[in-house]
Amino acid sequence: MTAGYQIVVLGSVVPDPLQTLEPVATPQGPALKNEAMLPAVLDPWAAHALFEAANLAAKVPGSKVTLVSLGPKAKLQQVMMAVAQKVPLELVALDGPAGGFTDAHEVAVRLAAAVKALPGLDRGRLLLFGGWESASRGAGVTLQLVGERLEIHDQFQGVDQIAVQAGGALEILERVEGGKHQVSVVAGPPAVLGWATGSLPEPKNNPQIGMANMRQVMPALQRAPAAPVGTAGVEFLSVAVPKAQRETRIVKDASPDEIARELVEWISQD
Amino acid sequence: MEDVLLLAPVELDGALPKGALEALSAARVLAAGGPVQVALLGASVGPAVQALAGLGVAKVLVAEDPALADGRYASDAAAATALAKASGAAVVVAPASSRTSRVAAGVAERIGGRIDTHVAQVSADGGAAVARWYYKQRIEAKLRRKERPWVLLVDPGVAPAARAEGGAAPPVERVAVSIPPPRTEVTGLRAPASGEQTIRPEARLLFVAGAGWTKKQADGKPHPERAEGLIRGFLRASGASLGSSKSLVDQAGEGQKVFAFMSHLNQVGQTGATPRHPKGLATCCHGEEPHVVGWRFIRERRAVNLDPACGWARGKADVLYVADAFAVMERMNALLEAKKGG
Repeated sequence: MTAGYQIVVLGSVVPDPLQTLEPVATPQGPALKNEAMLPAVLDPWAAHALFEAANLAAKVPGSKVTLVSLGPKAKLQQVMMAVAQKVPLELVALDGPAGGFTDAHEVAVRLAAAVKALPGLDRGRLLLFGGWESASRGAGVTLQLVGERLEIHDQFQGVDQIAVQAGGALEILERVEGGKHQVSVVAGPPAVLGWATGSLPEPKNNPQIGMANMRQVMPALQRAPAAPVGTAGVEFLSVAVPKAQRETRIVKDASPDEIARELVEWISQD
Repeated sequence: MEDVLLLAPVELDGALPKGALEALSAARVLAAGGPVQVALLGASVGPAVQALAGLGVAKVLVAEDPALADGRYASDAAAATALAKASGAAVVVAPASSRTSRVAAGVAERIGGRIDTHVAQVSADGGAAVARWYYKQRIEAKLRRKERPWVLLVDPGVAPAARAEGGAAPPVERVAVSIPPPRTEVTGLRAPASGEQTIRPEARLLFVAGAGWTKKQADGKPHPERAEGLIRGFLRASGASLGSSKSLVDQAGEGQKVFAFMSHLNQVGQTGATPRHPKGLATCCHGEEPHVVGWRFIRERRAVNLDPACGWARGKADVLYVADAFAVMERMNALLEAKKGG
């Protein structure tokens, strides 16, 4: 590994988590009410994958981070104004719907084609990053599907840590049951890593990085090809917000002793 | 009526994995009276095959190889693909786990099928249909697909575990698998560095600590050491599993005091886990919608909080105690210890 990694991060926009979401029916299938108006953020898991990519690229000279994103062009532009301040990246944008009800297989076809078309793509240096979950479809499958289409058969999900070993092998920690990590060592790229949230903090905004990124980001958005994706062969029988309202009993004037007794009794009940 | 396959990697000791019998019940529902086959993969699957006796399984397909002892994408994908193809099933059901979640989408792609995950409910009225969550447990949809094969990862609790009703052991067919030379070596499992396992999936209680534990208290000072002692004491005395709000685990990255026994693995909510425990107790949590999603599958919920208008607790918890969590926890720990001692 002398020339650095080509780290390709797949990620798109999702509604800001603080927004209340309401489904509506459209001719194209289910969607969110006022979806185009909802404030958006980069999907939290994809964002973390991006930060991990930048962290790794900073440690390995010659590495480059490319964010491949399929979403409505206007939303991508809005979100990139913030994301581009964080880490050095190159954007490849695809103009299409980013809603959760689109089919992961259709999205994967578009994303895999975009990755294959990256200039100078070198499988021997390629690390495909993304989130192991998303805050929209939340299926955790798109990254694997893209990996399969790229014939990458070393895949890891729920990744919390990557470390480059002497000789270029990569030690990878994946979340498994019981709050543990499975530790694997892969010989090197190519590999697919679906990131959990790891332990890296979100990088602070850096206006210099932002200015450098935006010189490439704006043209990338302007030339974003249309990438229509739909719901494939899915027939949605119903789409609804679950009824979750509970009658909360508010206990205001009880002493800590009384509360503790009540809670211990409650805990002890089968 | 659909031909349905239950696909399950076995445990290291060859036993059926947790959740396999629930997934088998789900497979039976989807089969709507049609045959259900089971495919097992692992280094040695004997105990799992024996456990399937009397469960009405039409046939057991088996892929055994030392390379299948650990969950590894390349080998698991090769074996699961061979098993799914050999079964000819239209619907492939697998219990959701870290191992199946890693590989199921790749298998769907290889067999020319489609996949849906986090399946929370199955039915066969008018054809196989499933319910699953979107937008991180905030919207629920019921759907069916035209495409086959259809791979489904079913969440725990999707159906009651299948029970043996007597009858002969199912016939076993070995499936040859060509496993590619490994580029990945699984070297083992690593537990949290704190030496104390605080994530206990089998616990009856989820205890969630929020960022309030590290904030200034009534005397104008934070008391993180006291908080740490109270939380650890409660976990030991109650056997609860520990969850955390995002704001608390994020403090490590922001240079603030963070509890040594807590990591992002403990995080519940929008970007964390959505654990399943019968009861949940939240303390010092002030999150709203993002936090609520982490509680979607907790049946009984109580909270201790100084804010009677807390957006997370009102309407989401069954009981909100407006009180100082430090004082309440101290007394709870004493009561639990006394109970143990008595």
